[in-house]
This record gives sequence, structure tokens and C-alpha cells, in this order.
Amino acid sequence: MTDAYIYDALRSPRGKGRKDGSLHEVTSLRLSAQILNAVKDRNGLDGHAVEDVIWGNVTQVGEQGGCLARSAVLASDLDERIPGLSINRFCASGMEAVNLAANQVRGGAGRAYIAGGVEMMGRVAMGSDGAAIAVDPSLAMESYFVPQGISADIIATEYGFSRDDADALAVESQKRAAAAWQDKRFDKSVVAVRDVNGLPILEADEYMRPGTDMQSLGGLKPAFKDMGETMPGFDAVALMKYPHLERINHIHHAGNSSGIVDGAAAVLIGNKEFGEAHGLKPRARIRATAKIGTDPTIMLTGPVPVTEKILADSGMSISDIDLFEVNEAFASVVLRFMQAFDVDHDKVNVNGGAIAMGHPLGATGAIIIGTLLDELERSGKGVGLATLCIASGMGAATIIERL
Amino acid sequence: MTDFTLRKDADGVAIIEWDVPEKSMNVLSLDGLAELDGHLDAALADDAVKGIVITSAKPDFAGGMDLNVIAKMKESAGDDPARGLFDGIMQMHAILRKIERGGMDDKNKGGKPVAAALPGTALGIGLEIPLACHRVFAADNPKAKIGLPEIMVGIFPGAGGTTRLVRKMGAMAASPFLLEGKLSDPKKAKMAGLIDEVADDPVAAAKEWILSEPKFVKPWDEKGYKIPGGAPYHPAGFMTFVGASAMVNGKTKGVYPAAKALLSAVYEGALVPFDTALKVEARWFTNVLMNPSSAAMIRSLFINKEALEKGANRPEAPDQKVKKVGVLGAGMMGAGITLVSALAGIEVVLIDQKQEAADKGKAYTADYMDKGIKRKKATEEKKAATLSLITATTEYAALEGCDLIIEAVFEDPKIKAEVTVKVEAVIGDDCIFASNTSTLPITQLAKASSRPEQFIGIHFFSPVEKMMLVEIIKGKQTGDRAVAKALDYVRQIRKTPIVVNDARFFYANRCIIPYINEGMRMVKEGVSPVLIENAAKMVGMPLGPLQLVDETSIDLGAKIARATRAAMGDAYPDGEVDEVIFWMEAEGRLGRKTKAGFYDYDATGKRQGLSETVKAQYPQAVDQPDLTEVQHRLLFAQVLEAVRALEEGVLEDIREGDVGAILGWGFAPWSGGPFSWLDMIGAPYAAERCDQLAEAHGARFACPDLLREMAAKGQSFYKRFGPAARAA
Repeated sequence: MTDAYIYDALRSPRGKGRKDGSLHEVTSLRLSAQILNAVKDRNGLDGHAVEDVIWGNVTQVGEQGGCLARSAVLASDLDERIPGLSINRFCASGMEAVNLAANQVRGGAGRAYIAGGVEMMGRVAMGSDGAAIAVDPSLAMESYFVPQGISADIIATEYGFSRDDADALAVESQKRAAAAWQDKRFDKSVVAVRDVNGLPILEADEYMRPGTDMQSLGGLKPAFKDMGETMPGFDAVALMKYPHLERINHIHHAGNSSGIVDGAAAVLIGNKEFGEAHGLKPRARIRATAKIGTDPTIMLTGPVPVTEKILADSGMSISDIDLFEVNEAFASVVLRFMQAFDVDHDKVNVNGGAIAMGHPLGATGAIIIGTLLDELERSGKGVGLATLCIASGMGAATIIERL
Repeated sequence: MTDFTLRKDADGVAIIEWDVPEKSMNVLSLDGLAELDGHLDAALADDAVKGIVITSAKPDFAGGMDLNVIAKMKESAGDDPARGLFDGIMQMHAILRKIERGGMDDKNKGGKPVAAALPGTALGIGLEIPLACHRVFAADNPKAKIGLPEIMVGIFPGAGGTTRLVRKMGAMAASPFLLEGKLSDPKKAKMAGLIDEVADDPVAAAKEWILSEPKFVKPWDEKGYKIPGGAPYHPAGFMTFVGASAMVNGKTKGVYPAAKALLSAVYEGALVPFDTALKVEARWFTNVLMNPSSAAMIRSLFINKEALEKGANRPEAPDQKVKKVGVLGAGMMGAGITLVSALAGIEVVLIDQKQEAADKGKAYTADYMDKGIKRKKATEEKKAATLSLITATTEYAALEGCDLIIEAVFEDPKIKAEVTVKVEAVIGDDCIFASNTSTLPITQLAKASSRPEQFIGIHFFSPVEKMMLVEIIKGKQTGDRAVAKALDYVRQIRKTPIVVNDARFFYANRCIIPYINEGMRMVKEGVSPVLIENAAKMVGMPLGPLQLVDETSIDLGAKIARATRAAMGDAYPDGEVDEVIFWMEAEGRLGRKTKAGFYDYDATGKRQGLSETVKAQYPQAVDQPDLTEVQHRLLFAQVLEAVRALEEGVLEDIREGDVGAILGWGFAPWSGGPFSWLDMIGAPYAAERCDQLAEAHGARFACPDLLREMAAKGQSFYKRFGPAARAA
């Protein structure tokens, strides 16, 4: 089979996903087009250079609807013969875009792809595209639907993580992210967002709170306690699914969960001939990809079985992996991953994660692959694994090998 | 038979009057529906008719649907009952929709306004017809009940009531009426938007409205209509619908198919135009009617409950209505019996050894009435009238003139015997003597009586005013008149009776004790108490067995255990359980009253969590059983006891076994009761499970011979022992 290589990976800085966030004035279309242009310009992708743009995006309504991928291609400087495909696998959409692209390259369907994603969470509200699993009683009741925050708290309860465990992970994420930015570790990947006149709008992640400590987090109220215990009472539903639990321990809050932000990212993937034709040097080989469906109620434990699957599929073991990116959707997701594989935190999210810098849903999967690649190169390590938990009970993973 | 009549008044208003012959309350039958349809056609086609008022000639509008309709619809399509139901329901929709369109064309032009005028109670289809009308007028009748109680018997409003109410008031506002079956008096119904107007003369008011040439198109038949509170994918509606599934799931533990189907009908209906929504509602309603759980709930909670209340098992005897009851012992039970008797207008003599105690017993009624006044359910006058019926005294002579005595003194045969003798010395020859004992055999107690044929057990459950079941126990010599007396009394106080024969713990306690014991046995075995409690609730038991012990207190359990052990000797099977009971007793963990039991309680007595002390005493096994195994242990412990009660003749009628189980101890109402549940899972599977459970957990699960025989013959309880078989 043909190998699929990563030739480039870049991202926008992440803006606060609120009315006063720096990227709030930027449209999903404009941000997507800027990122695509950056890929084109850095790699000289003139003409029909890539087969397709696969663009991950979760909330595909309004300005993010109508196959944003195609609109973004047309709004960018890319050749109009490049079509554009919007995809949605919730939080792993950006990763699924990369994996789809890689697997098509491996299968011989096209020489190269741009894969990535965007999410302007401050402009297009999460959940505004509806969701039958949450709203349609015939499925919501049968699948014991609870919102993600409750699921994260179920993980904490089931696997014994305390509020302090979660807060400590959050503090460390902030510390690592601040140190990484200070050390300019993201310089290779982050592309400033500019206005129509070329003036910079945002040049660095703005969601971080570097001074965060246990004390400041300690003052935050658990975010999902009320909806769990009182209105409408999701805990009762959770206990029906897990009758060995007496109650749900609500440990998550805004400070130890991923941030709501705006952002976009892209990865340029191609085979050997593509690189040779464009005079590009491959940076990493995409060694394996995987996805899996899991229990939809606890929902966010996917990184564990999908990692087991990707290791089994590729004949590797956990000790073969030098570095991990496990999306910090909620602290308990990462805690559970480290517990399940007995992996030291020193190898996981070494430059911080979504708790500190934010989680632009459709883009994050591509972001963490880029972050992983940058760190493998910086530290001289060989193999990295990126994985995300996914809404409705799924998991996705990618293993890359630095060249 | 004519259920509906049509007349045209001089003012040009047509009146369709509902008056089902030989019934005190209108119910809708298929024939009635056809008559209504015919009158509608005639009135709508008559150019001289300005509008139509649908009303009733009875004091009430209607009590609901004749349940035979469902059976007839099922039969109408031969071997495809779902087709018969669906088509029948769609036909009903068509008639109600005809009312709603009032003869308008598709541009909402022309047509005639149709109003409903409700003199009194309007329930179920009795409200669904009015909801299809353009305006609903109700008499200012505070006794009238208006609502859609279908969910209480395991179905949901399926003649458009669900679709119309959601469109009228929004999903959130409609939910107490649809999901809880909330009933309102006319004033409250108007405030909630269930009806439109309260009037002294609803027919006159309805006519006046019609003659005012009103605009009458339903909001949902006009362009641009939006569901109040938002449809499911509207941002506001989204939260309502996400929350509704969670709330219903959590509250019903997922075991009530009607609640699920109702929500689906509401959700799917809210996404499509009105007529399509009715079709969706019909599909889900058919689905519920085809569900064995709904059928069993209707049978037990509606048909059979009513049959028992109306005296299905009453022996032939003249009217035994009670005029004056003597209640002995003014403790919690005596006070409660006094309250419910006085509320039913029966004169009560309440006797205790000390005047202070008797007064306290009477004060229970005063407190109850005060609470009612606070909640505007009672008045000072009603309170005074109720209290005036009660005489609290220490004098046995006051019992003179009583026609029923209910003894609720201490559970000690010697004391009970003394009381019996003292009472019989003062009461008249015809007076019936009843004991409210929950543990002592009636036949034994009757030995103290000089007229054992007039001696009977009337076993109330606590708290008396809340618990709907009364267990009537026949001693060996109890005569028919005593049984009739007890039944007539229970009817007077508006509770549901079952009549059983005398045996240890009668029926209800006989079945609930094994449930509690199985819970404690599992604790001893190292099954997680959390799993035990959750498993019980998820199979529809109102309380887990351990919580039930805490509520009833462990010293009661210890007392029963000691007495039973003494009575049974070597045959006593519950030593394992007693170890837990006696340890709890020794630890002072008596339950809620000592603020420590299987659960911990805070200083105010609020339940916290399952106790770590108990978990430490009985360490949890590493391998825990699966949920179904725990649930089957808890269910079979109860239903096998019910089967044995039937086998031994303690229970004479399985309807009483089912109704009594649900009303007496809250046995999984979704199942329709122990016998309905066994029929649902089938005797062969039940027998097989008995063998497996007996093998794994002990002889208490041994398959009763009766069940084994039924499994071999492929019989069901209702086919073999149901009313049809009894009549044959």
C-alpha cells in the first residue's frame, strides 16, 4: 500500500468563543479560507494540486451549513477544480478529516488532500444543529442519553477520580500551555488571523489563564450538578444505566473542562510522488488510523478502546508510543486514559491541551495532530498517538511517525 | 339504544345531547360515536343551523371511553389487531376533526362554530371531544373533575387529546396533564388553559358565544401557527424536549411503555402538520394498546379494581352500610381509621384506655382537616362537621348502637381477647366485630368471641388515609354477613377491598416479607446494597427492600422474625436473614426512626446514602450478580408467595391478588400484578427460572406445583383462573 505523509500542519490561534472574543468578528468562511490559503502559500499548491479539501465541522447550520468546505474552497485562492467535503464526527471531525484523507491516499484515490476543520463556537452555538439522540424520546430514553458534562462526571465516579485530581490536571494544562507559548513551541504552526486589509486580528491563543492554581479552581461550582440532581435529573438516568453506582460525583466545571473557542486548522497529506512533484519534504508518516463506537451514556471513554484497537490493528503496543495527545474535553477523559494504560502524565499533552487553550470542536482533531508532530520534531522523538473522545459514544485515533 | 340526541332550538343553535341510557355517567361506545357522527353531519349540513353545542343531559359530561371499544377494534381486523386498532383510532380522529373543522373549506371559509358545554366531570375522551370543539364552557361546579387520566392506567390520551393539548398550551405546560394525569376543577382548568370559560349555565353561555358570530378557526389551522414554548428544534423547545425524556425516564425507571410512547407522539407530532400529527399519535397509541404491560395495567388498575370496589366478591346479603363504627385503640392505625370513617360521614366512637390518648387520636382528624383547609381542599365547616361525628372516650358503654367495631389495639392475643369480651358485653346482637391485626390469625382471635361468625379481619395499611387497599380476612367461622359488612364499609370509605382466607400474614404481608428478606439476604451474601436498591426501583418497586426496612423499622422485623421462628420451629427458613436483622437491632440501627439503618440519615432525619457501617459489616463480593438476576430474585420472592397463596386457597381470586399487590405494597404496577407478570413471561419460562433460582439460591424459589403444572399445560393464570373461567 502507498504511504500517506504529512507535509504540513498549521492552525489559527484560538479566540474566546464569546461575543468579546477576538475572532468573533471573523466568519467561519473567512477563517477557513485564510487557513486554506496559508496551506497553499506555504507549500506552493497552484492549480489542481490536491484531490479534495476535507473539512471537519460539527455545527453545520447557518454560516457553517451548506457544505462549508466547498464554500471555503471557492472563497480561498485554491483552484475551483478542488471540490470540498464537509464532515461531522463531532469532536473528532478534524481528525477524521485527516484519517479519511490519509486512507484515500493510501488506497490510491488521489495524490494529496488538505484535511482539517473549523468551528466558530461563539458565532454558531454548539447544539444549534439539533440532535435526535438528545431530543427524540425513542432514542434518548433507549440510549440513556445524558449531556457530556454528566458523562464526564460518570467517568470520574466510575473510575474514582476526585475533584482534586481533575483540578490538578487542569492546573498542569494551564502551566504547560503557558510554558509552550513562552518557549515559542507553536510558532511553526500558528498562523495569525488577519482582516481584509492584512491587519492582524489575533496572533496567539487567548483563552488561557496562566495563573490558575488549585485555590482559584476550588471556588468554582460543579457545572453539571443541578441538571444532574434536580432539573431535569440526568443522574437518575445515569444510575439506571449503571445501577451499581449510588450517586454521581459531580467534579467538572468550567476550569477543568475544555474551553469554548473559535479556531481552524489544516493538515496537508500526500503520497511520495506528490512531495517530489512539489519539492516538499514529508515530515511524518501516518502509520495507523482507527475509530470505534462505545457506550453512549458514559460516552467519553472512547480513547481507551480506540487506542486498544489502533495498537492491535497496527501490531504495536502502548510502550511503542513516545508521546500522546489526548484531547482534554474534560479532565476525567485524560485521567481515565492514563489510568487505563498506566501512562505517565509526562508523556501526555506535554504542551497543554484544550482545558487551557480551548476546543474548537471541528478543528481540534487536526490541531492536536499538528501539535503532536511539532513536539515529536522538537524533542526528537519518534512515534506519537493522538486520540479524542466523541459525543454519542465514539472514539478516534491516529498514530504518526516522525521522519 | 340512543346515546346522543340532536335538537334544533329556535335561535338556530343545534344541541347534541349525550345521555347514555341506564348509566349514571356517560361513556363513549362505538355505537355512540357513530350517532355523534351522524348528528354532526346533519347539523353541519343544515343551513338553518348557526352553530352546535355538544353537552350532556346528566350531571356530568363523560367519564371516558367504554373500554370494550378497544377490544372491539382489536377484533375488527381478524388476526391483525394492530390494523383494527389503528383504523379504529383514525376513524375517531376523523370524527373529532370534523368537529374541529366545523364544515369550513380548506381556506377556513364558511363552517359553523361548535362549542362544548360541560355540566360537570369530563375525563379522558370526555375531554378529548371538547378539546376538538372551538370553545369549551364548563359549569362552575367545584366537584367536577376535568382532565386526561389515561396515563394512570397505562395508556395515554389517544383520541387527539395529546396532539391538541400540546398545540394548545405547549409541551411543557401540557406535561402535568398528559404525563401525570393531573385533574382540575373547572376554575383551575380554565386558569391552566384546559378549557375556555366557566359559566353558571354553560349551555346558555355556549349559545351566546355561537350567536355572537365568533371567529372560530383553531390556531393550528391558521397559517404561521407555532407551538407555544417552541417545537423540539426551536432553541427553547430543545431544552424542554431534552429534559422531558430524562425526567420521564428517571421517574418511570423506563418500565412504563405509555409514558415513552406518549413522549414520542408529542415529539414526532410537533414536527409535522396537525393531521399528520394525529396519524403519528394513532400509531403510538396503537403501539401502547398492543403492549402487554398496558393491557395488564388497564385490566388490574381499571377494570378489576372497579369490579372489586363494586362488590365482585360480595356474598348475597342485604345492604350492610355502616352507620356507627366503634374504633378501639387510638394509636396511629385507630386514628387513621377514625379519620377515613368520619370523612365518609360515618359516626365514630374512638376508645382508648386513657382519655388523653383518645383525644390525641381524634386530634389526628383535626390536624388532617387543618392541612386540607390550608391547601384549600377543605373548609372550617367541613372540619367541624367531620369532628362532630367523632366521640373520643374511655367508656365502652359509648359503643352502644355501633353496627361495626374495628379493633386496633396492641398486637397481643391476650389483650385483644380481653377487649373482644368487653366489647361484646355492650354491643348489639347484629354488630360485626373486626380486628385490624396485621399478624395474628383471625381464627385464633375469634376464639375470644361468643359469635365467631360475626368476627372478621379488616386489615388497613399505613398510613390509612393514603393507602388504597383494605384486606378483609375471613376466619374459619366468619359468616357471609360479616364479609358483606366489611365490603360495604370499605366501599363507604372509598377504598379497594380484597377478601382472603386466614393464614399467616394473610396475603399482602405474606408477599412483602420475602421481598424484604431477599434484600437482606443479598446484603449478607455480599451483593452491593446499591445494586439491590437500584435493581428494585428499576423493576418498578416504589422502594428498595432496604429502604423499606428502614421505613418500617428493623425492630418490627425482629419481632416478626422471633415470633415466626417460635411458631415454625425447625422448619424456619430465614436464619440467614435473621443474622442481619439481629445485628442491625443490636447496633441500634433500627431505621429512619433512630436515624440509622441500612441508610445513614442526617440530624433532621433526611436520608443520606447507604451506610458504610453496614457495608463494612457485610463486605461486598468482587463478582457482583447482573442486574436481571437481582431483579428476578426480588420479583420471584414475591410472586411465588402469591402463587402459593392461591394454591393454598388463601387467595380465591387472582384479580384480588393482582390489584392487592399493586395497591397494598406497590408491586411493580407496570406489570399489572404478580399473576399478570407471570402470564407476561409465561409459565414455562417462570418455571424454568424457578429451577435456576432454586438451584443457585435455595429452596424458597422452588417452583410451586401449580406453576409447574401450568407450564406443562401451557396455561396462563388469567385463562385458567380469570373471571371468565370462574363464571364457566
